[in-house]
This record gives sequence, structure tokens and C-alpha cells, in this order.
Amino acid sequence: MFNLLFADGSRLWNNDLWYALPAIVAVSLVYAATRHERMRPIWLHAGRVAGWIIGFMSIVCVVLVFLSWLT
Amino acid sequence: MIAKFVEKPVPESIDLKDPALAAFLAWLIPGLGHLYQGRRAKAALFFLCIMGLFVFGLYLGSSNEQCKDSKGKIGYGRAVYFSWKKGERTWPYLCQVCVGLPALPAMIQASRMSHNKKVWWGGFMAPPRPAVRNDQGPNKLQPTLHDLHRVLNRYFELAWVFTTIAGLLNVLVIYDAWAGPMTTTPGGKKGKETESD
Repeated sequence: MFNLLFADGSRLWNNDLWYALPAIVAVSLVYAATRHERMRPIWLHAGRVAGWIIGFMSIVCVVLVFLSWLT
Repeated sequence: MIAKFVEKPVPESIDLKDPALAAFLAWLIPGLGHLYQGRRAKAALFFLCIMGLFVFGLYLGSSNEQCKDSKGKIGYGRAVYFSWKKGERTWPYLCQVCVGLPALPAMIQASRMSHNKKVWWGGFMAPPRPAVRNDQGPNKLQPTLHDLHRVLNRYFELAWVFTTIAGLLNVLVIYDAWAGPMTTTPGGKKGKETESD
């Protein structure tokens, strides 16, 4: 599990998962902005969408870690 | 508390001006359609998010390293290229081209490559050279697909992902410029409230 999350024990900031961050920010902001006209609801909706994406990715991560532990 | 602000329709009608022109401008440059409609904040947001992703993808698909097969340099923006030859079709480009003008150099480069003319701009957005032994053509220094995968490694796929997501997001933006924000159905459970600052 440690190897999966921290790329063979290297430092946390070397993990490729960081590449997901700009994509999550952009996707949630653009998605929210296509559903509202004013900035305040856009920021709030974007935060909620980003939370959903991170939550979904975390669940997938846990499932993969569990499957790798089984093998 | 958050839901109070989130799922509400737009209170006033938005002046979309000429929706067809706005949609075309939104395709041409992300955010330009909204700028034309006077929706400046959203224009800036769309431009920064989509062009940020696209440029980051171009950066990931770039390298100064030398190719093993062709002895030339990899160059810039290699993850965005167009090829419609059988067996070399680039399906991601169908998504990437939704970014509009920034992805169009790939069409020019593909045309030059297919007509056996030297590609421009040091091979920026040029398709990889077919792997031909002892190639003496004008693009003999251009990298092959093998070169791109060997040098760029996983960043080649990452660059594809970023540029493709940028293109797909711009489809939403084009729709927003055409028809306004996609709100919930008026009169529904969530549509009874009105949006306020």
C-alpha cells in the first residue's frame, strides 16, 4: 500500500497523482461555471464537484489497494 | 447552506447576442464567445482553465532530448497531432480540436507531412514520422512514434489526457455560449428558488 501511494517509497511530491490536481480544479470550475452565471455559486458548486471527484478517486484507490493486497 | 446557493436557476435573462456567433467564437478560443456576450468573469475563467490544461498538456508532450531512431530532437507539443491514415488514426485529436484555434496547427502539419513537405515550427504538433528504414525525405529528423514513447514515456499519455480533457471541457463552454447556463428544470423541486449573490 505504501509503495502504491508513495511511488516505491519516494517523497510524496514525486507521486504522479499530483497531476490529477490541475485537472480536478479545471474540470470542477468549468462544470460549475456552465451551470451558474454568478461567481459565488460557481465557486461553491466547484468546491462540491471537486469533493465528489476526490471522494470517488479515493474509493477507487481503496479498492485497488485492497485488490493488490489480496494478490 | 451550500445547497442554498448551488442548484438555482438564473434570475434574469442573459443577453446571448448572436448565439451561433458566440458558439463559434467559444470554439475558436475558449472564453472568446463569453467575452463577446459581455460575460467577462466567465470568459476569463474558461480561458484560464481550458487553455491552462491545454498548454500544460503541450508542455508535458515536449522534450529537448534527441531521438534514437531519427537523430533529431523531440520538439514541442508532440501529444497533439492529426493523422487519418489507416492504422495511425488519432482519435484523441477529435477531442483536442474542440479547443479550436490552438489545436489547428496540427492540421497544417499533418497536411505537410502527408504531402512529403518539411513540417514547420520545428515539428510543433507534427505527426510522428512513419518508421521507414533509411528515410531520406524532408522530415527524416522528425521523431517516430517509437521515439515519442521512448523519450516522453508516461508523459506522452498524460499530455494526451490533459489536452483531451481541455477539448471536451470546451464542448460544455460552447454549449454555454450558445444557450446559457444549464440550470435545473423550472418548476421542479430545485427550480423554485432563485439565484442571488
